[in-house]
Amino acid sequence: MADIKVEKKKGWKDLPACDYLEAGSAAAFETGDWRSEKPVWIPENCIQCLFCWVYCPDSSVIVKDGQMTGFDYKHCKGCGICATECPGKKGNKAIKMEAEKK
Amino acid sequence: MANLKELSKRPELLSGGHRLCAGCGAGIIARQVMMAAADKPVVVANATGCLEVSTTIYPFSAWKTSWFHSAFENAAASCSGMEAAYKALKRTGKVDKDIRFITFGGDGGTYDIGFQSLSGAMERRHRMLYVCYNNEAYMNTGIQRSSATPLGAYASTSPVGKVKKGKEQIKKDLTKVMVAHNIPYVGQTAVGYWNDLTTKVQKALETDGPTFINVLQPCRLGWGYNPADTAVLGRLAVETCFWPIYEVVDGKYKINVKPKEKKPITEYLKLQTRFKHLLRPENAGIVAEIQKNIDENWAWLQMMEECSNKAGV
Repeated sequence: MADIKVEKKKGWKDLPACDYLEAGSAAAFETGDWRSEKPVWIPENCIQCLFCWVYCPDSSVIVKDGQMTGFDYKHCKGCGICATECPGKKGNKAIKMEAEKK
Repeated sequence: MANLKELSKRPELLSGGHRLCAGCGAGIIARQVMMAAADKPVVVANATGCLEVSTTIYPFSAWKTSWFHSAFENAAASCSGMEAAYKALKRTGKVDKDIRFITFGGDGGTYDIGFQSLSGAMERRHRMLYVCYNNEAYMNTGIQRSSATPLGAYASTSPVGKVKKGKEQIKKDLTKVMVAHNIPYVGQTAVGYWNDLTTKVQKALETDGPTFINVLQPCRLGWGYNPADTAVLGRLAVETCFWPIYEVVDGKYKINVKPKEKKPITEYLKLQTRFKHLLRPENAGIVAEIQKNIDENWAWLQMMEECSNKAGV
């Protein structure tokens, strides 16, 4: 019989406590290329209700000082919730979905 | 409570670039809960599930706050442990900040797998908020039925064919189970009512004790609908009284949203492929049973609200 060396099992003190991930680092991952349709903002129909912002699952509606200013196309997945929720002005929506061009 | 303009000026605690589906309701719930909580330092514990997996794909994290994941079944226990440690540190003067604790769990991690750790954490009266994003099945692993899956719904483990017609049992009413824990705040709400959800989160976080909010979350993958209609479907669940919006504060019931006219349940069922088979004439009996359950629950809820008002509980 050859010598079999059994490695000593690591004790709990030798194991890493946990994995650490950098906060908010997912922003470096661009999910914008998932999109088949993109939302387009029409400022003249916008009443700044911010419903698009509050219902966006991807934090992709850019709001500065309480005003909607456009979309973050690097992360927007093109679900279209913003366009559905947009009440618009006098029935004219301030967000419409357009097909992505190649 | 804070309006949208005020909320928009708070720091965004969930970044874009997470890998939830386009139009995912869980992303909406997580963002709205975090924007309501962002006025104070907040620690988040997350049960295994869509939200946990998609927001923290190694080596990325979408969370811009302290966030912790250990396992499927013990998110509430992890959070209660962190809260207990925080209390000890505060008592000995090592921490002086006012920190809030929130746990996120899906319906699988809350209704089924994490149920006993949640029950334990609530019974031990930890000051923490548990938010269940309830999409009514195990969506992350391939749409298996959970105890939150409603009667008649398709799931990969409650299939639809010649013999089986989707899930054969009614869902568990976890909100009522949490009320039975006699905790100071229990709420039920749905995606599509941002004001109701953010108000409930703020109320819960101000409560000194364990709190629970059950949020119905349309899942575009498991429910089968156009992703743009996530919030529309949440509102339809409330307008048909399939998922009433109410809160129980110190045992007192209050219905927060009363639909002007109660829509028939078929309005809700017909938009989702998981219920598609129910619209066939031979399955009319199942639809009638769903409608009967809704009517009974709605009548019960109104009675509870009336009793609470009369008794001034």
